[in-house]
Amino acid sequence: MDILTLFVIVPMVTVLILVFAKNLKQVRLISLVGMAIQFAMSINLIFAYLKERAVNKDIMVFTQDYTWFESFNIHYAIGVDAISVVMIALTAIVVLAGVFISWKVDDLPKEFFITLIILSAGVFGFFISLDLFTLFVFYEIAVIPMYLLIGIWGSGPKEFSAMKLTLMLMAASALLSVGIFGIYFNSNADGGALTFNILEIAQVNIPVAAQNLFFPFVFIGFAVIGALFPFHTWSPSGHASAPTAVSMLHAGVLMKLGGYGVFRIAMYLLPQGALNWTDFFLVLATIGVIYGAFGAIMQKDLKYINAYASVSHLSLVLFALLMLNKTAWSGAIIQSLSHGLLTALFFALIGMVYGRTHTRDIAKLGGIMKTLPFIGAVYVITGLAYLGLPGFSGFVAEMNVFVGAFEHADIFRRILTIIVVSSIVVTAVYILRMVGKIMMGPLVNEEHAALLKATWYEKVGLVLLLIPVVIIGTMPYGLSEMIKESIAPFLERLL
Amino acid sequence: MNWNELLLMRFELGLLAIILAILVFEIFASKKQKGSIIPFALILFTIHTLIGFLPLEDGSLFGGMFKSNTLLYYFKNVLNVGVLIILLQSADWLKEKIVQQNKATEFILLLLSSLLGMYYMISSGHFLMFYLGLELATLPVAALVAYETSKRESAEAGVKYILSSALASGTALFGISFLYATTGNLYFDVIATTLTASNLSVLGFILFFSGLAFKISLAPFHFWTADVYEGAPINVASYLSVISKGAAVIILVILLFTVLKPLLPFWSKIIYIVAIATMTIGNLFALRQQNMKRFLAFSSVAQAGFILLGMLSVDELGLATVLFFVTVYIFSNLGAFGVVQAISAKSGKENINDYEGLYRTNPKLSLLLMLALFSLAGIPPLAGFFGKFFLYAAAASKGYYVLVFIAVVNATISLYYYLLVIRAMFLRKNPDAIPHFNSKFYMKLGLVLSAIGILVAGLYSPLYEYIFAISTNFLN
Repeated sequence: MDILTLFVIVPMVTVLILVFAKNLKQVRLISLVGMAIQFAMSINLIFAYLKERAVNKDIMVFTQDYTWFESFNIHYAIGVDAISVVMIALTAIVVLAGVFISWKVDDLPKEFFITLIILSAGVFGFFISLDLFTLFVFYEIAVIPMYLLIGIWGSGPKEFSAMKLTLMLMAASALLSVGIFGIYFNSNADGGALTFNILEIAQVNIPVAAQNLFFPFVFIGFAVIGALFPFHTWSPSGHASAPTAVSMLHAGVLMKLGGYGVFRIAMYLLPQGALNWTDFFLVLATIGVIYGAFGAIMQKDLKYINAYASVSHLSLVLFALLMLNKTAWSGAIIQSLSHGLLTALFFALIGMVYGRTHTRDIAKLGGIMKTLPFIGAVYVITGLAYLGLPGFSGFVAEMNVFVGAFEHADIFRRILTIIVVSSIVVTAVYILRMVGKIMMGPLVNEEHAALLKATWYEKVGLVLLLIPVVIIGTMPYGLSEMIKESIAPFLERLL
Repeated sequence: MNWNELLLMRFELGLLAIILAILVFEIFASKKQKGSIIPFALILFTIHTLIGFLPLEDGSLFGGMFKSNTLLYYFKNVLNVGVLIILLQSADWLKEKIVQQNKATEFILLLLSSLLGMYYMISSGHFLMFYLGLELATLPVAALVAYETSKRESAEAGVKYILSSALASGTALFGISFLYATTGNLYFDVIATTLTASNLSVLGFILFFSGLAFKISLAPFHFWTADVYEGAPINVASYLSVISKGAAVIILVILLFTVLKPLLPFWSKIIYIVAIATMTIGNLFALRQQNMKRFLAFSSVAQAGFILLGMLSVDELGLATVLFFVTVYIFSNLGAFGVVQAISAKSGKENINDYEGLYRTNPKLSLLLMLALFSLAGIPPLAGFFGKFFLYAAAASKGYYVLVFIAVVNATISLYYYLLVIRAMFLRKNPDAIPHFNSKFYMKLGLVLSAIGILVAGLYSPLYEYIFAISTNFLN
């Protein structure tokens, strides 16, 4: 079994064993062991990748190719570059932390962990796929479990939110499938055979008319899950209703599928289309950044604040990708990573606060720092990292994005960049206000004077997420070099 | 005539032998033994199904009236498996309700006679043969629809079905007579070479197509579907929605790709419009259904619209994708109908609201229904996803991107109503949920067979590759 396929096999085996679990203890143990193995494998993959990269200069390494449907030329083709490797590591961390955070799920725990792990298997499969068909299959496998996860274990208007989220994301994947057919049936433009293989299609010059036609399908298809304005509306309600671990996984990992797909599929395979459409989508992304930031200011519910903040930060990823240069792109990838970790931290913390105080309303919270010192401290750190304080991952990411964006000298991009940069201030406003209000200040509710301290599994989950934030923030050079090296071949197609 | 040639009719002769054996059994069995007709028929039909997988040669009989080739063998096998699952799913219902009324034998006889008609219909090489097969396939079903004589709805559904299907058959026959008028012949092979586009032949095609469209319940010929499905016993409804519809789809696609190919410019427009109408109308009506049988009826109308996408690519890709989709559709729909039947048999409840909280009392049935509905909605890695994706691919290969776009939008709409059932089963909590029960052996076997089909038929790529190979052979 090759090193990459294991990332799909291990979750599947975990699910199979979970089916036979008898009690809550076994369920927790099996999920924990399975995801810990996954985590160890992802760390191992980073080192294996670095070792392989030193000798192997192909775009993708660890490639494997098995024919699946011969007449369609569909293959199970896999391979990774630095970007997929770091995304896989991010997923493994968030899923493992999610298992810790969900320790106390009591309603149908077995089903909860099974659905959660199936979702993660879809995400892992998505990141290793080099074949459009398999990629699409894994994408849908990652989306559908959200319906059950939000609908069964969620809170608030969960049925509505689950339905809205599922239908919007599946509608996006429907658009995507039209785009995929457009790419597939033009992949013989240079006289070769029809193919779904990404690397092979990249060698073909797809007619420009077809590229212009299908680029928006593929781009929107992916960008909806990356919270592109005005298709982001599923995200706030979905995140607010989802249980903690699901919000973490969804905002932390699933929404990253959007940005990843945009540059790996839409821009790489349809470069001419990308060049012709960037201006239009840049405007949408800019609106998304500002709209998300102001949306977050207006919210009173902690989860809604974080959901709108995610819209803002992920629109920044799309904005950076549409800037089409190396610095901005590496900023986009690091921003994906950084936001994935930080938003997962935020959702985990909100879940812990909510679990103890039974409210997410800012007005009803205050001075919790004194009663929950550990959670409070991590909350403050996360908040500061989120608004881009140097020393944490957020700063590295935003720095790269803005420097990259300023490399363009034309007035149109300058103006958009200035607008986007100003969102930093807005971010600082809502983050500082939120942290200040609920953590510092006087105690609002007397009942909050004595709350259960953070338990061991909560602490493990938080620390697991916090460590990479600091590592990226203090030692960004290695990561950034690794990513830039992998970006180069993708960018060459566009210039 | 060489007796070996009769082997080409092995499926038909075998089935005829079973029908006769059951008839003889019915005559000689004492009153106490009547119940054992069910295992007897099941064993015979299982053997028949297994024999069907033995290889056979291509050829034709009776001067080209009856044709046989690998593609038809494959599809007869699919029909066999489908009917076997239906028989298994009906076995308990027959034993508990129908044997007392002394009508179990007739049920099986009528079902198998109709299947015999389907065999002849898809194997025909002559319009007369086709018409005989069509009638033999339709008339027994009318009796089956009205089988629960104690229920008024069942009798009403029977009358509705026989009246509308008689009208449809008549229309088809009228159309055939027009085709005869333009070509002077009824043999498929001759018509394929002499047919030219004229007002008369196009009119003939439209009338003929209307007749078949009724069987497939394409819009605007779908009005009978919901009422008949609701009134009929559930296993008959599932027979109508998978076997009867599947056979009609196959003969339609074969005729369109071979005999009626000269009229391609005309029929491609008709199929294009009918596909959009069927998908959209089926979906919009399914949105608001409360009764599971009506719900599945409209969902199967919508599914028929998707099948038409594959017919627009008039090549081996289109034929293979249609065949493949019908195969996986049979498994998915039988899974859904099987669960509905199991629940209805135990509790008599058939409304979506009654399914609330089902997962907490009957997890296995709920999971199977979820798999079947997800497969119908086209969610990977279930078989239905591959079926739909390939149908889209067939339409896209000829540049029908707009149609594919309309189809994927419709697929998203359909996901909404499939999720409504899943919402009831999984998301809702209900103290009065249908209590836990265990299905009997036959029912379990029937459900497990369809579950295996749903899980494996798509992922296991050699199945599609085999269908593609036989389709390529068939068209060349």
